[in-house]
Amino acid sequence: MTDQSYSKTELMICVAARLFQDGTTAFIGTGIPMLAAMLATKTIAPSLVPVFEFGGLGAIMEDLPRAVGEARTFHRGLVAAGICELMETAQRGFIDYGFLGGAQIDPYGNLNSVTIGDHDHPKARLPGSGGGNDVGSQCWMTVAIMQHDKRRFVPKLDFLTTPGYLTGPSARENAGLPAGTRPINVVSTLALMDYDDGPGGTYRMRLAATHPGVSVQEVIDNTGFELIIPEQVPINDPPSDLELRLLREEIDPERYYI
Amino acid sequence: MEILESGIGEMIQPPDIEAFREWNRTKKTRKLVDKRMTEQEAISSFVYDGCYIGTELYGTVRCPMSLSRELVRQGKKDLRVCGQGVLELDLWMTAGLVKKLDITYIGLEVYGTSNALRRAVESGQIVSCVEWSNASISWRMKATAMGVPFLPARSMLGTDMLKYSAAKVVEDPFTGIKVCLIPALILDVALIHVHRADRYGNAQIEGITGFGAEMARACKRLIISAEEIVSTDEIRKYPDRTIIPYYLVDAVVHAPFGSHPGEMAYDYGRDEPVIREWVESSKTAEGAKAYLDKYVYGVANHQEYMDLIGKEHLSQLVEEREKRE
Repeated sequence: MTDQSYSKTELMICVAARLFQDGTTAFIGTGIPMLAAMLATKTIAPSLVPVFEFGGLGAIMEDLPRAVGEARTFHRGLVAAGICELMETAQRGFIDYGFLGGAQIDPYGNLNSVTIGDHDHPKARLPGSGGGNDVGSQCWMTVAIMQHDKRRFVPKLDFLTTPGYLTGPSARENAGLPAGTRPINVVSTLALMDYDDGPGGTYRMRLAATHPGVSVQEVIDNTGFELIIPEQVPINDPPSDLELRLLREEIDPERYYI
Repeated sequence: MEILESGIGEMIQPPDIEAFREWNRTKKTRKLVDKRMTEQEAISSFVYDGCYIGTELYGTVRCPMSLSRELVRQGKKDLRVCGQGVLELDLWMTAGLVKKLDITYIGLEVYGTSNALRRAVESGQIVSCVEWSNASISWRMKATAMGVPFLPARSMLGTDMLKYSAAKVVEDPFTGIKVCLIPALILDVALIHVHRADRYGNAQIEGITGFGAEMARACKRLIISAEEIVSTDEIRKYPDRTIIPYYLVDAVVHAPFGSHPGEMAYDYGRDEPVIREWVESSKTAEGAKAYLDKYVYGVANHQEYMDLIGKEHLSQLVEEREKRE
């Protein structure tokens, strides 16, 4: 059943927000991850500690930050430090989650935010890694939040900016990335994905749940690579009235994103 | 030590840590001398064509915008630029002044990708983009700040970031794990905007410090612009707040609203209408040039710029500031 009373973006933000764990530290990338983090702190994770790479840690997120360095990222915060301090905190193993966006994602959860086309002669020059590579390298668990279509879910990235599982089992460890760090989920406009990363697994992306009103076939048709489809695919809960009200009235009343 | 992997990116400014020590010995005075000057004097004295230059923090946040606009007016060209940006580097690229980039992130954040960056790179005006993550570029400056030629790090490994950077991968001789060696980065000139400084350059910042402390220690010339010039007695009351000591500094520019249209934590908020004007204008090359004509070439200096924005509008931004409460 399709309920048109909310948008795909709103649903994506709600599903992402539900992944936050209370009492953990989470690096928050610019854009949609900020909305998801704010929604989480107002619902299931009131004592989430948001971390923003330019120096803010533990802010009370009353208003949506429009940049990762603006004062809203350390509003009534616990710490206003600098980029080295927080990145080193991640490198020491203190940051549990990273929530990121990207322009492209591949079957192993690697992300591209640098170029479309050849690096030296790009069709499109994108902003660059920023802290994305560091978050994907250093945080214990990384969640990507993406629009879902074949241009974005691609078999091979034009440029590998942020490491997911790289080329599969053991690839992160072999590259020298901190042991035990990994991508855990992708939240898209169509579905929630995880990875086939159990013992003997392929470490490729797997459909975990579809959004309400979205068929498994629709997810497959909008994915540019073979997605692992389990026998049973649950359906995510639609946004609750509370989630929608918070998103529209408190988190993004000026509709930057929703 | 065996090198396991090397980035193919250009080392835009090969670090010479011995020469940097010698520079600091001979070219940086330890005397407390008055370094106050205008934006025009500071940019013309220390910024030159082809120099390797960086700005801190970041486009809409405590960024040296009055200095960045003056640099455009003076048309310093063929710049090799380190870093990240929103409005500052967008203006430089639109004016055609940037030749090479050690790039981390140039984008408009909430408003999406930078069309100025796209035009400059896709047209070939910028001839070299060397990729770095935010942590790695900051650690490059930290290495210089420590006076060492590189630092080991656990970022960029296994990715195209490493490939298109100038970093190297080695096996750590102590533990055997692979680490990414990040070379020291020594800027010819750095521009940093702060909340307050005295005439000698002792500088203090409110709120997040970004990579100000590291950049200030990783440059041969440092131009500080400050919202407020305070007495040295005032600095001495809060010496714990001095993150940039005077001996690093070559010029001190008094620049109230120096980060406009960006924000300054606890002083004033972002100027959303002017930022949006850039977002809209910069969608086309002509629009971007028209913005430069209005806000950069159309005014002679920062005072005229502030007059253009208007007192009332600026006091509104002060009202909208982040408050300590």
